[in-house]
Amino acid sequence: MSDITASTGTGSATATEDEQPAGSVRAPFGVYLERYGIIGIWALIVIIFSLLRPQSFATLTNLKTILGTQAVLLVLTLGLLVPLTVGEFDLSVASMMSFAAIVVAELSGVHHLNLVISILVTLAIGIGVGLLNAFVVVRLGVSSFITTLGIGTLLGGLSYGISGSVTIGSIPSVLVTVASRDVFGLPLAFYYGVALCFLVWYIFQHTPLGRHLVFVGEGREIARLSGLPVRRIRTGSLIVSALVASFAGLLQAGVVGAADPGAGTSFLLPAFAAAFLGSTAIRPGRFNAWGTFVAVYFLVTGITGLELLGYTGWVQDVFYGGALVIAVALGRLVATSRARSR
Amino acid sequence: MDALYVSDLSKAFGGAKALDDVTVSVEAGEIHGLVGRNGSGKSTLIKILSGYHAPDAWGSFQVAGKAAELPLMPGQPASLGLCFVHQDLGLLNTLSVLENFRVARYKAAPLGRIKWRNERRHAARVLESFGLEVPLDASVGQLAPVDRALVAIARALSDASEHEGGTLVLDEPTSFLPRDGVERLFSGMRRVAAEGLGVVFVSHRLEEILSITDRVTVLRDGRNVATVGTPGLQEDDLIEMILGQKVEESFTSGSGSLGGVKLSIAHLTGPNVHDLSFEVREGEILGLTGLAGMGHEAVVYLAFGAQRASHGSVVLDGREIPAHSISPRAAIKAGIALLPGDRLNSSGVGSLPVSYNVSLPVLNKYFSGGWLREKSEIGEVERLIRGLEVRPPEPTRLLGSLSGGNQQKALLGKWLQTHPKALFLDEPSQGVDVAARKEIFSQVRTLASEGTAIVISSTDWEDLAHVCDRVLIFRYGRIVAEVSGEAVSEDRLIELCYSTSVQGETV
Repeated sequence: MSDITASTGTGSATATEDEQPAGSVRAPFGVYLERYGIIGIWALIVIIFSLLRPQSFATLTNLKTILGTQAVLLVLTLGLLVPLTVGEFDLSVASMMSFAAIVVAELSGVHHLNLVISILVTLAIGIGVGLLNAFVVVRLGVSSFITTLGIGTLLGGLSYGISGSVTIGSIPSVLVTVASRDVFGLPLAFYYGVALCFLVWYIFQHTPLGRHLVFVGEGREIARLSGLPVRRIRTGSLIVSALVASFAGLLQAGVVGAADPGAGTSFLLPAFAAAFLGSTAIRPGRFNAWGTFVAVYFLVTGITGLELLGYTGWVQDVFYGGALVIAVALGRLVATSRARSR
Repeated sequence: MDALYVSDLSKAFGGAKALDDVTVSVEAGEIHGLVGRNGSGKSTLIKILSGYHAPDAWGSFQVAGKAAELPLMPGQPASLGLCFVHQDLGLLNTLSVLENFRVARYKAAPLGRIKWRNERRHAARVLESFGLEVPLDASVGQLAPVDRALVAIARALSDASEHEGGTLVLDEPTSFLPRDGVERLFSGMRRVAAEGLGVVFVSHRLEEILSITDRVTVLRDGRNVATVGTPGLQEDDLIEMILGQKVEESFTSGSGSLGGVKLSIAHLTGPNVHDLSFEVREGEILGLTGLAGMGHEAVVYLAFGAQRASHGSVVLDGREIPAHSISPRAAIKAGIALLPGDRLNSSGVGSLPVSYNVSLPVLNKYFSGGWLREKSEIGEVERLIRGLEVRPPEPTRLLGSLSGGNQQKALLGKWLQTHPKALFLDEPSQGVDVAARKEIFSQVRTLASEGTAIVISSTDWEDLAHVCDRVLIFRYGRIVAEVSGEAVSEDRLIELCYSTSVQGETV
């Protein structure tokens, strides 16, 4: 993994003074700007779109749509944060997600297998894929970029094969309810996403494990010589991302009420864009849960607004692609300017 | 006619004279040794000859009787017939022998096409004339170390072969060669000399200098203190010329009050280390040293499990860890700590705060009630680094923003707080200022006085003499000498590292 490192985009020489020590000097204005600037820009585009399209954009329905439909992307991205923090890519998460949706639909919808068993089988497949990725990456020493690109493509092909290249529409109603039932006007999937945000935030920031992940990502040899179980941590990170991706697949099947074998491809770039953009906010320089939360919704707000202005279809790819490059470049700029100022 | 002649060469770096009126002449057909301590001016001299440095002043400069102006331009040394083989050999290990030959040559057919058939013939001829039987298509990385060195020499010479005469400069080519390889390298050098070229041979290993060279030039403090014929030269005389003083013969050995055996290494074998056994007593500070490549640098990494040992075991407080199960994790669990030499690649992450780096091995103690108590962590790290005089004592600062000495102190603190039973340090004072060095060694002494066994691997003989109770000297992966107590002095260590007459002797 010395050739490609997941944390490259955010820069290796970045700072975190996430929690100022008691009694230390107040953080300068620039630090706040960097951390929360994206929220300001978010507010700004919300205002602009609301002024431009008061009838369609500035509505409660639109807010619910935005928060609800992107919950699956949020879950998927949060899982992706774990290998990225450890310094590994996982390009197979999006295909894993649609593969999981196909599997659960095929088992429970088409073959009428018990839903709980279908879900357990789907999640077990997720763990199996994670183990396979980890075996090739950690045991055989192949770059995670190449490995997960291959496994992801393989899973995408299997999805088409199993479904016969058509969308499976027969999703058990229980799964639909569990995923998309309205609670205070928002689908349950959104609450799962928020809960996962809390979980990732807690583990990353408030447990020794979170620290260990960062050390493995930023200095693998240092982590090893400090006694961390580096191989186990890398293995675990790839299992977590695949498991969370299969959970996202379950949600996707429930939210949409159907399983589309090609759905995964449209999630890969948004997930990476949100992860990297998220790493420039809240805890700049580090992949983090709340930065990801903000980034996911920031990006979808922009896209929704543009679509309501009449730019449909192509605008999504342009927006996500541009955001990924800008996010990574921003991270690099911030890192170098910090390194210079010290 | 001289193969190489340079006179009255001077060069200063920021006021310090690295070379002071040095004159060197190498006769055609002669193997000429160049020796001196680190900082004596050897490398400055070679860097001027290869065109890397410009001299401040020089008298005359000739290669094979042809005069030239200094400083030399890139490519000019080769066109004069002056060629170099440096310690790293400058070969690309993943390419074949033939491709490596090609790298240094710029002849191409029209359209930049390489005429491989001609190249092949040329390379084969050169290797053959050198008595070297290596397949042209073998990748260089697969060759034995000595074959690699010989390929590098053959390549260097082939560039200069269009000239009548010339000089080959070998800059410590034997540092990474096993002993049997050295003989083959020597016969290659003799062959070159027999063709009427001059050979300059730089080495720290005096027995090599004495066995192969015709004459030897000794540099000390930037001056040429002697150029003498090698036949009849005694090793002691050579050491005396290098050091500039008579080597003391008598030493009184004395050891402080040490406890029983705390740590023992038994039959440790790995890359560069052969069947190594030694013991460290409770409270003892043991030094490991030798010339570069002699194996002492690998010992702590093998014993800590950072590198795989093929054989042997580590026994700490009577508990044995066999080689196959030594890993950094197991070693730390057993109570061993290692402060690696490569600070920002093996020891601490520069882009993370000091507090993160320091508390990494003890992080679990701040985890209570399901929460990492960052405030108490920062408080404790601050107390720790204040005690070690880290400046500034701010745990939230990035480790990389501290000076080398302060980084090292903080990283020493990382391991001190684990109260290790044995502490290994590799080159602990490299890139560390004098004040920090003092602080580090006083901490190490305090730790030793509390009963910890300490092993320091270093080539800084001054430091070793200053801090160690006992020092083991390595040669070709084995312990060849041991000094302890009062006998541990810088000069004595230098003498033992350079000298060969002390094989297996215990002082």
